[in-house]
Amino acid sequence: MSKVNAFLEEWGSYLWVALIETFQMVSISLVISILIGLPLGILLVLTRPGKSLENHFLNRFLNIIINVIRSIPFIILLFFMLPFTKFVVGTTIGVKGVIVPLVVFTAPYIARLMETSLLEVDRGVVEAYEAMGIKTKDIIWNVMVREARPSIILGLTIATIGLIGATAMAGLVGAGGLGDLAYRFGHLRYEPSVMYTTVAVLIILVQGLQSLGNVVAAKLKKD
Amino acid sequence: MIKIDHLSKTFKTKNGSVEALKDVSLEVKKGGIFGVIGYSGAGKSTLIRNVNLLEKPTSGTVSIDGTDITSLSAGELLKARRKIGMIFQGFNLLKTATVYDNVAIPLKLTGVPKKDIKERVNRFLSIVGLSDKADTYPAQLSGGQKQRVAIARALSHEPEVLLSDEGTSALDPDTTDAILDLLLRINKELGITILLITHEMHVIQRVCDSVAVMENGEVVEKGKTIDVFTSPKHGTTKKFVNGIFNHQLSDEMIESLKETGKIYSLKFTGDSSEEPALAIITKRFDIFPNILSGNITQLKEDPFGSLLVHFKGADNEIKEAINYLQEKGIQTEEVMTYEQSKRIS
Repeated sequence: MSKVNAFLEEWGSYLWVALIETFQMVSISLVISILIGLPLGILLVLTRPGKSLENHFLNRFLNIIINVIRSIPFIILLFFMLPFTKFVVGTTIGVKGVIVPLVVFTAPYIARLMETSLLEVDRGVVEAYEAMGIKTKDIIWNVMVREARPSIILGLTIATIGLIGATAMAGLVGAGGLGDLAYRFGHLRYEPSVMYTTVAVLIILVQGLQSLGNVVAAKLKKD
Repeated sequence: MIKIDHLSKTFKTKNGSVEALKDVSLEVKKGGIFGVIGYSGAGKSTLIRNVNLLEKPTSGTVSIDGTDITSLSAGELLKARRKIGMIFQGFNLLKTATVYDNVAIPLKLTGVPKKDIKERVNRFLSIVGLSDKADTYPAQLSGGQKQRVAIARALSHEPEVLLSDEGTSALDPDTTDAILDLLLRINKELGITILLITHEMHVIQRVCDSVAVMENGEVVEKGKTIDVFTSPKHGTTKKFVNGIFNHQLSDEMIESLKETGKIYSLKFTGDSSEEPALAIITKRFDIFPNILSGNITQLKEDPFGSLLVHFKGADNEIKEAINYLQEKGIQTEEVMTYEQSKRIS
């Protein structure tokens, strides 16, 4: 017990700060990524052949852009984007500096996950609403997104977990977080207890998120 | 009420174009129930989807209550569609919404005032007999109940026209009848004109005043149900009519019976079913009729009977007897083997 206390005495505040940093990075970039990714996912579905906003060119264009970004590993994207990040937020370091690459990394991923979820929605229901003279924009929100909610939640859970993984690399630009703590103290300064504790915290975090996602999705699903 | 004029629809596919509808013209009278029957692939689903422009016709027009809906702007089309209810084979309800919300959400989205929504949802749920299920989700309902919700949803917009795209095809026979009775009731009580498509003769028999038979994208026969089915002219129509009586003779049986006479199928409707016609011809002509099979059914309100009879006797006597039956308003048709009928047609 005293060992635990001594460990917390020494590392507790570091852990706490790192946890807060991770939360900050994940939540801010997740919110922005959803704001970009969800509409993008909807656009991907609606511009498909046979859908209400059918547009072959736009659909191809979006697909290529998303595939290109998704081909680049985050650690490379992080450095590759430095000038762009500087241009957007004025800095390339700290939590602020890492949000931009995190969003660029996550938004296309979310767009793909949303596309898959929305495609699962029964075409017939959309058609029934078209037949009732309901506007496309209302159909998107009240039929497509609504019916896809359970699947969207599961998709976002996956995206969030991926995002937590990506934030581990944020330390490279001085944004801190749990990954950075494990790397700098656990690995470089060889403090295995810090490494193990961080890994345990990450495991609990991911487990908790997945369980939460599953519960919410099951609640929204009514069949 | 619904006037379909020279409607054609061609689908472009990778392997060339497919003509799903070829110059189809139909008129559905106000307050009537019109059925379109055909086998799958006949183009009936394309036809009904062209009526509310879920599918855009290649040429021709559709007018509803005098308005040509093929010439409407996008905004006008939205409004016009609100007056055309539609139900589907797959019900197409929101899985994530309660029965109440399934009816209420479209009302909200079409701008019905909040205070009216509750009243309307409750009124139409009670019309379809589901008032007690308002808070359940579709997954907990049976197929028939789901279709009732879909009907309530369609009716809640107070349409003048209801389209049914195989609305009973996914239901078992008892449920089909219950839904058909509901359609009859809303047609009578609310005066809603109904256009339905189906592949089941039973549906036409039970509810339709008028019918069109489709094959290969064309209407091959149309008119009042009783007229079309009591004197079918086209092969497909005949097949549907024979389907309801379902007396099939094997070719071997026909061959052996033919050695001693002729086989006729006789169809009786309305008045002609009242006279003992067979008894009369036995007395008048030198023939011996032998009933092979018989059946009576109904076309909406009219009785419709059919007998399969083997007439034993001389050819000229049989011919005269048949003439007599025809004079009495009985439809007659000689039954032949499959091979023979192929040779003739």
